[in-house]
Amino acid sequence: MKKVLSPLFIVAVLALIPYVGVEYAGLDYLFGVVIPYMAAGVLVLGVAYRLVDWLRRPVPYTITSTCGQEKSLDWIRQDRIESPSKRWHAVVRVLSEVLFFRSLFRNNKAELRKGPDLVYGSHKWLWLAGLVFHWSLLVIVLRHARFFYYALPWPIGIIEGVDRFLDVTVPALYITDITVLLGVSYLVFRRLQDAKMRILSLQTDYFPLFLIIGIVLAGISMRYVTKVDVMPVKSLAMGLTEFSLEPPERIGALFYVHLFLVCSLAIYFPFSKLMHMGAIFISPTRIMLNNSREKQHKNPWNTPIRFRTYTEYEEEFRDKMKKAGIPVEKE
Amino acid sequence: MSQYLPKVDELKKELNEKPGVLKGDYSKKEWWELPFEFRDGNFCWPAKPEVVEELGFPNPRKWVATDEDWKLPDGWQKTLKDAMKERFKKYRTLKLYLDSCVRCGACADKCHFFLGTGDPKNMPVLRAELVRSVYRNDFPMVEKILKGFAGARKLDMHVLKEWYMYFYQCTECRRCSVFCPMGIDTAEITMMVREILQLIGINNNWILAPVANCNRTGNHLGIEPHTFKQNIESLVDDIEDITGVTVNPTFNRKGAEILFITPSGDVFGDPGVYTMMGYMLLFEHIGLDYTISTYASEGGNFGLFTSNAMMKKLNAKMYHEAQRLGVKWILGGECGHMWRVVHQYMSTMNGPADFLEEPVSPITGTKFSNAKAAKMVHIAEFTADLIHNGKLKLDPKRNDHLRTTFHDSCNVARGMGMFEEPRYILNKVCNSFHEMDENTIREQTFCCGSGSGINAEEYMEMRMKGGFPRANAVRKVREKYDVDSLVTICAIDRATLTPLMRYWNPGVSVYGLHELVGNALVMDGEKKRTEDLREEPMAGFDDEGESDA
Repeated sequence: MKKVLSPLFIVAVLALIPYVGVEYAGLDYLFGVVIPYMAAGVLVLGVAYRLVDWLRRPVPYTITSTCGQEKSLDWIRQDRIESPSKRWHAVVRVLSEVLFFRSLFRNNKAELRKGPDLVYGSHKWLWLAGLVFHWSLLVIVLRHARFFYYALPWPIGIIEGVDRFLDVTVPALYITDITVLLGVSYLVFRRLQDAKMRILSLQTDYFPLFLIIGIVLAGISMRYVTKVDVMPVKSLAMGLTEFSLEPPERIGALFYVHLFLVCSLAIYFPFSKLMHMGAIFISPTRIMLNNSREKQHKNPWNTPIRFRTYTEYEEEFRDKMKKAGIPVEKE
Repeated sequence: MSQYLPKVDELKKELNEKPGVLKGDYSKKEWWELPFEFRDGNFCWPAKPEVVEELGFPNPRKWVATDEDWKLPDGWQKTLKDAMKERFKKYRTLKLYLDSCVRCGACADKCHFFLGTGDPKNMPVLRAELVRSVYRNDFPMVEKILKGFAGARKLDMHVLKEWYMYFYQCTECRRCSVFCPMGIDTAEITMMVREILQLIGINNNWILAPVANCNRTGNHLGIEPHTFKQNIESLVDDIEDITGVTVNPTFNRKGAEILFITPSGDVFGDPGVYTMMGYMLLFEHIGLDYTISTYASEGGNFGLFTSNAMMKKLNAKMYHEAQRLGVKWILGGECGHMWRVVHQYMSTMNGPADFLEEPVSPITGTKFSNAKAAKMVHIAEFTADLIHNGKLKLDPKRNDHLRTTFHDSCNVARGMGMFEEPRYILNKVCNSFHEMDENTIREQTFCCGSGSGINAEEYMEMRMKGGFPRANAVRKVREKYDVDSLVTICAIDRATLTPLMRYWNPGVSVYGLHELVGNALVMDGEKKRTEDLREEPMAGFDDEGESDA
């Protein structure tokens, strides 16, 4: 349980820091200006560094995971997505991973029954919860753009409009506020409920989940419960985008909890498994084409080797070969 | 059964013991605290000192996994860490796949070794975590903070033993990578660990002995040229006895159009030899101008399970020999890991083979444009094209005594993507093909449990456990459709599925695809056929005359 409680505790402490800082020490400037700039810097530079660090390493061999029929004879139907032979096939393959979690959709559940008998059942919950969670997060991040613009760009306006079309609360309920909570709750729940997940999960798996839950809860209570005054938030946000160093106006401490947890996530991001966001775009088993017999792939460090040549082989076995009537080079 | 294998009822009891896939009670423990032990049946013999010496590998000595002292060279931790760092620079995959796992657990119950043992460290995510935990420890600055938080640990004897145990309980089959949302390929990590363990003399005799043999004699079994030829000639005699047709293979013949390379198991092992007979009948049937080399007499490549350099070294013989003989292109027999190397590595490692031509079938004129760089064609692609163009006289009724199912070999499935050709051929040469459960075939196929060089007698218990998911799927088609023949296109499968079937599904025999092709081929000048290539009676072809109607 320690590995669940300790990240929970860390998140609680992280939430308390800005609360105390703003409420009792008046550190609005630190939490409203200094830390956000720092966090944004770490996030951008960190992610860029990690991506470059991956990309500068070579991919010496074509190791595509072929999950469908290769391109071979004309009359055999190739699975162009799962066994891509052209660049655009692979683009579709990777995008379907990024946008729809294609591989995760294959997921099934093995059960060992008396017999013994192994059976495989459909198991799409992880896929569904993962997809809902990630898409909700994306929409939530995008609609936060409204804090950063005087006039909301129209695509984001549409997203925002759709997100709150239910219009059941005041202010209008965002659907993604509910779905992100449902998604993330399932992700936590399965790590606790399934014996396999319990043993393979680390503190680093619970930490970002709890952090995101903290961020979402703080955000939701600001909007629907404490109803934070949006105007000073907006002027702070726009100030930040203009690299202003103006101190923020008075905003409730809850806002700083929300903001500080977001900053924590941003700082944690480049050093953690959250980098899977970048990795999924460049995973060699998925981005590479299954054309390794059709096109020469180059290995930049193709280390030369010495192999046993035919001449050396014949040297050793010539007499035996001649006796057996096998042709030789040197009689 | 041997001391390395419990009776089937004992293993069934073990699997029945607790419902659910995960065995044991781990509620109070972290995975790195879980005990494990080497005992009869769960480790392979280490390489003999003379084999290690012959290959010029470090630290030849007598030792065994159960020893307290593994007689490691001083500073072995540094050797391993440096070797890891070097490989992180050479392979983006390693770095990326160690960094990006989110431990979503989708891979957990996809591994045949996990399903067969219930051991949590056989979940692919934890297998990689064995390395990841050490890799994380290499950020000394944050080591203290990360220790408990991120699951970092020092590389010590316990970790080393864990690596030796669990990276030989992975057959590099890549089934987990199919399900991984990040496309993480555990085989990459297993290959690296096995490779760096060689540097301190932690190895496996069942891999290194064939490697040494292959280097010297050209094939894993260490067969010298005259014996190699002799054995094929004895198969030629068998073919004549059974069919009345004389086939005429040639050896090391310059100027042949095609060089044919197949795993040496097809030349020497039962039931591989029947597949070899099938190839030779086929080539005779179409009048193919081909030759077999005694020097490049091995399709398989255990270098793949040893190190990158060794894989390249053994593979180099194929192009070298093709160039010497002046053939136009190379035709490859049925094999799994051979095709992983040929399809995904060969041209990059040892190409470009500009001295060869883009493969064209001399019989149908079909261009194999998918092989135009590597210049090597898979026999199933070749035969499917022949059948599609009506070039073969086939009588599928000659396989009516068999009720078949098809096992996709891991490497051909997930490292090449060949699914339709063998099925097309099988449907044309027999009348009774039944697929196994969809979660156990094609890209989701299960390993035979003994791939990647762990096909050792002393490893039998692990092999039968690792092969359980495959055997379980076969049992179901046996119960449902009375299937008695498991057809494969892999030489390792032919060697390993046979004991697996004997153990879990007695009465199921293992066949090579081209053995069935050989059965079905109606040869010019053949005598009346009543027996298949195994000299077992065919159904409806008794001496009374064919009961065609």
